[in-house]
Amino acid sequence: MITTLPLLVLQTVGAAASPATGPAMHTAIGTPDRTAIAFFGVFIALTLGITYWAARRTNTAEHFYVAGSSVTAGQNGFALAGDYMSAASFLGIAGLVSTSGFDGLIYSTGWLVGWPVVLFLIAEPLRNLGRYTFADVVAARLDPVPVRIGAAYGTLATITFYLIAQMVGAGSLIRLLFGIPYETAVVIVGLAMMAYVLFGGMLATTWVQIVKAVLLLGGASLLAVLVLSRFQFDPRVLFAAAAAQYGTGVLNPGKLVANPYDALSLGLALMFGTAGLPHILMRFYTVPDARTARRSVFYATGLIGFFYLMTFILGFGAMVLVGPDAIKAVDAGGNMAAPMLAELLGGRPFLGFIAAVAFATILAVVAGLALSGAAAISHDLWASVVRQGNPRPGEELKVARLATIALALLAMVLGIAFKGQNVAFMVGLAFAIAASANFPALVLSVFWRRTSTAGATASMVLGTTSTLVLIALSPAVQIDLLHKTDAFFPLKNPALITIPLSFATGVLVSLLFPDRDADARYAALETRLLLGAD
Amino acid sequence: MPPSAPAPSALLLATRVLARQRWRFAALLTLCMVGVYFGFIGLVAFRPTLLATPLGDGLTLGIVLGALVIVAAWLLTWRYVSWANRVYDPALLALRATQQAARDATATNNARETP
Repeated sequence: MITTLPLLVLQTVGAAASPATGPAMHTAIGTPDRTAIAFFGVFIALTLGITYWAARRTNTAEHFYVAGSSVTAGQNGFALAGDYMSAASFLGIAGLVSTSGFDGLIYSTGWLVGWPVVLFLIAEPLRNLGRYTFADVVAARLDPVPVRIGAAYGTLATITFYLIAQMVGAGSLIRLLFGIPYETAVVIVGLAMMAYVLFGGMLATTWVQIVKAVLLLGGASLLAVLVLSRFQFDPRVLFAAAAAQYGTGVLNPGKLVANPYDALSLGLALMFGTAGLPHILMRFYTVPDARTARRSVFYATGLIGFFYLMTFILGFGAMVLVGPDAIKAVDAGGNMAAPMLAELLGGRPFLGFIAAVAFATILAVVAGLALSGAAAISHDLWASVVRQGNPRPGEELKVARLATIALALLAMVLGIAFKGQNVAFMVGLAFAIAASANFPALVLSVFWRRTSTAGATASMVLGTTSTLVLIALSPAVQIDLLHKTDAFFPLKNPALITIPLSFATGVLVSLLFPDRDADARYAALETRLLLGAD
Repeated sequence: MPPSAPAPSALLLATRVLARQRWRFAALLTLCMVGVYFGFIGLVAFRPTLLATPLGDGLTLGIVLGALVIVAAWLLTWRYVSWANRVYDPALLALRATQQAARDATATNNARETP
């Protein structure tokens, strides 16, 4: 069961017809709530104001993609955290812990440990070699056309599945939290995201992430303090209360980890997927240099780790104070654990605030995703492939904006088309694709001088395709989605197979089909890779 | 190739030494992180009863180790950043200064040679 990521919760959200009031606790969740809508209105107004301010500073491709590389380390640290902490982290992990106890910790840790890897291996070389997308780095000393096509394939596959998961999640959660119809919620999220990215580019997207990260961290901290105030400010008292009420089993590994190889595979996807997520990688170009990039990951790791530690307090707090039965009665997946906890501890206004924070969280993540998808289309495919690296002046920005509109529409259509579907496998898929398609090619091109055009391209294309195929053959699709009795492929998450496959392909094909002038190209680039841009 | 080829090549060698140093340290820290996380996941998957060991009231070995994974991630990033600030950045700045000096020298030579 372990491959079902915290977002699994959304599967059941989609399936549950309408939110019923729990028997154990009277809750306002699911009824249109004025406080929630007021808080959300304030967030939208504030972020659109930021977008208006940013729009006047966004008139070149450079500004649109990377905010003129003028973001500071602290700002980028918050923005990275904002881009990364999705509603799945907040509502999903808290829900998982409140209903399953210890097993939720596996996700809290798994989603953090990718960050040190990003810091050690990726952040600095990425900043030194690239300008807008991670493909800049892979293509730097290789033939740009095949490499960028391969990179855009991997990027768009990752982005699409991530976007679907967020949109379906947004629709389901917002229906539960605000009582707004699913389709309306999806359209609101799509339009707001389009406005941020289209007009404000990276500058607006960055500030939306910062505002969201501050709100999310602030809201979650406040909630955690309120929980701990009921337990003498000692987490051990809280855990002991949970064990006294629901048995010591809630503090130990449970049923969630049925197949150890599934656990290993998911762990690999989480750890190396972070280092291949296009919208995360793109953030390193918004800072002026490699040193700032390094510091920004340091801050982000601190913030994200702090947040995941808090989800544990929130989860066990919800378990003891609200109760797993009451949580499951409102939403079988446990998604509403944190909002219900907020209502219990701070009344309806605090519920409204937490609901608005959850909406803002999804909105910010989809904006970051759309921007990196648009960059893959306009920078990698249009400017570098169609125009062979020489786009007409102003053209690239125009294409980027058209791509943003197209991606927003696509996200809305897919969000509505996949309504009620199991989105768990899509988030797992997004991480698995990122880890198998983007990460190996990136590492090879940075650290191995014999990497060739054919090798990098084959690694990205095969990494993406094999992940898509193996997911289609996995139990998540074959059994859970298509209701067959067995699956062709035993693992729910294919990363255990596809990451090594992608690395092996990259190495083997590079050795078999080396580039002719590889040494000269590497030499021309070496100083910039190692010392940084001039 | 400019006439002052030997100077940049010495610079390049020094750059490579520094790069290899960073790469080794980064690889070591990555291995530590991989070891810590998969050690934890391995225990969860293969030795769940060990993690159930109670450590006083309200704590189990599993919860403590889980929290320690996050703390380990913090410590490793802190270790890397402090090393980079103390060792890597000063060396890098020195190399970049040498690179700039070599360029300036080349530019002066070229200017002298052109009538």
